[in-house]
Amino acid sequence: MTKVPVERKVLGENDRIAASLREEFHRRGIFCLNLISSPGAGKTMLLEKTLEGFSRTERVALLTGDIQTDNDAQRLARYGFPVRQITTAGACHLDARMVERHLENWDLGSIGLLLIENVGNLVCPTSYDLGEHAKIVILSVTEGDDKPLKYPGIFHRAELMVLSKIDLLPYVPFDIAAARDNARKVNPEIEILELSNTTGEGLDGWRAWLDQRRRR
Amino acid sequence: MHELGIAQSVLDAVTVELDSRPGSILKKVGMRIGELAAVDSESLRFSWECLTRETPFEGVALEIECRAWQRRCRPCGLVFAVSNFQTLCPQCGTEETENEGGDELDVAYLELETP
Repeated sequence: MTKVPVERKVLGENDRIAASLREEFHRRGIFCLNLISSPGAGKTMLLEKTLEGFSRTERVALLTGDIQTDNDAQRLARYGFPVRQITTAGACHLDARMVERHLENWDLGSIGLLLIENVGNLVCPTSYDLGEHAKIVILSVTEGDDKPLKYPGIFHRAELMVLSKIDLLPYVPFDIAAARDNARKVNPEIEILELSNTTGEGLDGWRAWLDQRRRR
Repeated sequence: MHELGIAQSVLDAVTVELDSRPGSILKKVGMRIGELAAVDSESLRFSWECLTRETPFEGVALEIECRAWQRRCRPCGLVFAVSNFQTLCPQCGTEETENEGGDELDVAYLELETP
């Protein structure tokens, strides 16, 4: 019996495609974000509010992932920016190959900001690099403030945590301070924003973050 | 939930390795999985069994080494395992520590019967 060291990353093929996407984004000056949350935390609505605030000349494009339906693409297309739906037909996450395939025949030279909405899931999208500059995790206050401890992988890798639906705080037993502490336990470097897509509170902070991060 | 996809990627990686070693018979796959990799070992083993059933790899074991989340202290250089989310350096108490591992998802080695 021989023990042969191989030292291969299991997702090496995904990482290879992600690296080539990242290189292409860099070459073309595209800034790319990967938005991850559980289903119903408000990813699509945050994107809608983001698009609402953009002028028509903004060079933004979106990819939105779901297991079935193109409902999200239809919602997002209303703002007049290019949108493509990635329907995974069962897969619980996006991978780099899906992103690569859905960017085909798109005029990448006309895109400055690429927003990718992942499939609603706090676990599986964590492992798959999409070539993005940063992962953003969205946690709504109708979930639990201990989610960062229960799903440490995504909070560990995200650059920013957005606490959404803060207009509902009076009605739910969600401890904002505890959620912040828990996120910082698994990722001392994580940045945190609080907002409500419904009332608009905190959206200025999100837009400022996005603006600043793109220019970094 | 995505362990079946991960198991397929393990199988792909192993197949590529074996292609360059004709005549070798695979006996065991050694993996390294970090506690922050968001991959469940038991679920991965089960997926591997399902994928390899009635194939030449049926019965090949997955040996999984679980890796703790580690941080490195910038001032004193100590590398330490984070337990109970304590990321302060246990030696000098500073907060200036950075990630040093814990999100691994690697095929580390193969055990082969060689011709």
